[in-house]
Amino acid sequence: MTKVLSSVVKVVGISLLLAVVLYPQLWLILGSFKTQNEFFTKPSWSLPSSFSLENYVTALTKSNVATMYLNSLAVTLPSLFFMLLFGIAAGYVLEVMVWKGRQAVLLYFLAGIMVPGQMILVPLFTFYFQVGLTNTLWPLIITYIVMGLPLTTFLMATYFRAIPRELFEAATMDGVSMFRSFFVIALPLMRNAIITIAMVEFFSVWNDLLIALTFTTRRNLATLQVGLLSFSDQYGSTQYGPLFAAISINIVIVAVVYVFLNKQIMAGLAAGSVKG
Amino acid sequence: MRRVLADKKTIVLLLAPALLMYTLLKLVPVVWSLGLSFFEGNLLTGFTFVGGKNFVDFTRDPDAINALMVTLKYSVVVTAGQVVMGYSLALLYVFVLRRASALVRTVAFFPTVLPSVAVALLFKSFFSVGDNQGPVNSVMNLMGYPSVEFLASGSLTFMVAVIMELWRSMGFYAVLLYAGLVDIPVETLESARIDGAGGLRLVSNIVLPLSAPILLSSVIFSFNATLKVFDGLLALNNGGPGSETTPLTLYMYRSAFQYAEYGYGSTVAVVLTLLCLVFTLGVFRTSRQDVTV
Repeated sequence: MTKVLSSVVKVVGISLLLAVVLYPQLWLILGSFKTQNEFFTKPSWSLPSSFSLENYVTALTKSNVATMYLNSLAVTLPSLFFMLLFGIAAGYVLEVMVWKGRQAVLLYFLAGIMVPGQMILVPLFTFYFQVGLTNTLWPLIITYIVMGLPLTTFLMATYFRAIPRELFEAATMDGVSMFRSFFVIALPLMRNAIITIAMVEFFSVWNDLLIALTFTTRRNLATLQVGLLSFSDQYGSTQYGPLFAAISINIVIVAVVYVFLNKQIMAGLAAGSVKG
Repeated sequence: MRRVLADKKTIVLLLAPALLMYTLLKLVPVVWSLGLSFFEGNLLTGFTFVGGKNFVDFTRDPDAINALMVTLKYSVVVTAGQVVMGYSLALLYVFVLRRASALVRTVAFFPTVLPSVAVALLFKSFFSVGDNQGPVNSVMNLMGYPSVEFLASGSLTFMVAVIMELWRSMGFYAVLLYAGLVDIPVETLESARIDGAGGLRLVSNIVLPLSAPILLSSVIFSFNATLKVFDGLLALNNGGPGSETTPLTLYMYRSAFQYAEYGYGSTVAVVLTLLCLVFTLGVFRTSRQDVTV
């Protein structure tokens, strides 16, 4: 009897948790199919009368969401690439290679993790202004690389610790330089660690508002987060359907990365355990 | 062989990009901001040295003090909420769901990766009132209560912001704390069970003390994130009504970039940085004392 009761409590508890997590997201997606009229006349939990993509078309064509999307991609991809390349290289030098002072340099990188972005905005704004980079996407890309470097470097150095140094020593015996080892041994071996960090940094760059807002000087350079912030001001009155569609579009790529890479990491973990 | 591992050319080639960018575009700006906090002016007017005036102004500026209080209140409330909810969920994963928790973990974690701006706009509509009434007010009407205009009041906006952030991040803290709970040896739990400790007593006497280190990391982590809150409060209600829910980060942004007070903006940034430092070290020191007692 108590067993039945406890499993009932269990099921109710889990359902409640899932409902709290999922319902707002479901409501958002349903809302993206509703017409303006439905928003005003039907109760908020009603289902849309049809699943037409009209709101998505409106958001993408009439409200610049397509441009914002491209801007976000144009900023996120190069930032991620260089942040990872430089960070992994630095982590490799700081952990695998042997030289005096590497511990101090690692601490030097670590010091930058806690500093809030506000502490570097004014000097960077001045700098980008002086060298004439304002009105381009470069300030965003450069700032994201710099903001992500300390954590990437630090985490990569930690991950490299797990690889036996003998591996690199053996490679050097075969005449492979340490520079080549970085590309042919370190990068392939660190694949799963790199994917994990790339995922974390992808979310932090894609979702950022502070830096994008500070360095976006023109409307046509707005990223999704900056553009969505002023989305409702474009119309005389807020068009809820297109707004909900735009929020959903903003979330789609994040969801895809989450689902896809979650699997990747699980697969990587499984593969690792078989080998071990 | 040692020589190859210490190859100077490779070290310089691979380290230089990261080290140079980090130094020139992060550390130099930090020192620069620190210096600017003793000046007044902006790019167009030029800068004049004013000594500690900005810091004195900060203590007398009601908007600055309000922003400081919003930041502190938000940090403390959200950190407490995140750790308590995260820990409850983690206990649920480990002791109730056991092996079946993977799916629930994945689903509950997902909101963490959503953009704050998207979440804030969603919650804004979710709690909205009027022609486009959101589900929260609809449910309140059903239960016989009148609609409430949440975003017209500072304290209710604050409440919505807290609920929103907990909704977004509880899954993350659950996974973080779950990792700590899984590390507790099964034998310890078994022997406690044999000794007759079950349910809540098992949690409070055995599990809680053993997960103290990971709880501490979560608290530090959470303070560091919530003291920097920006997107959520800006997108939810523009730091309002008025400036009632404007945190230090947003106040700094407005001082520097809307009112072009670069010096004063830098002062606000310095205060924020000090706050992060004090909280991290403070939490760390308190925990050290607890261990020694």
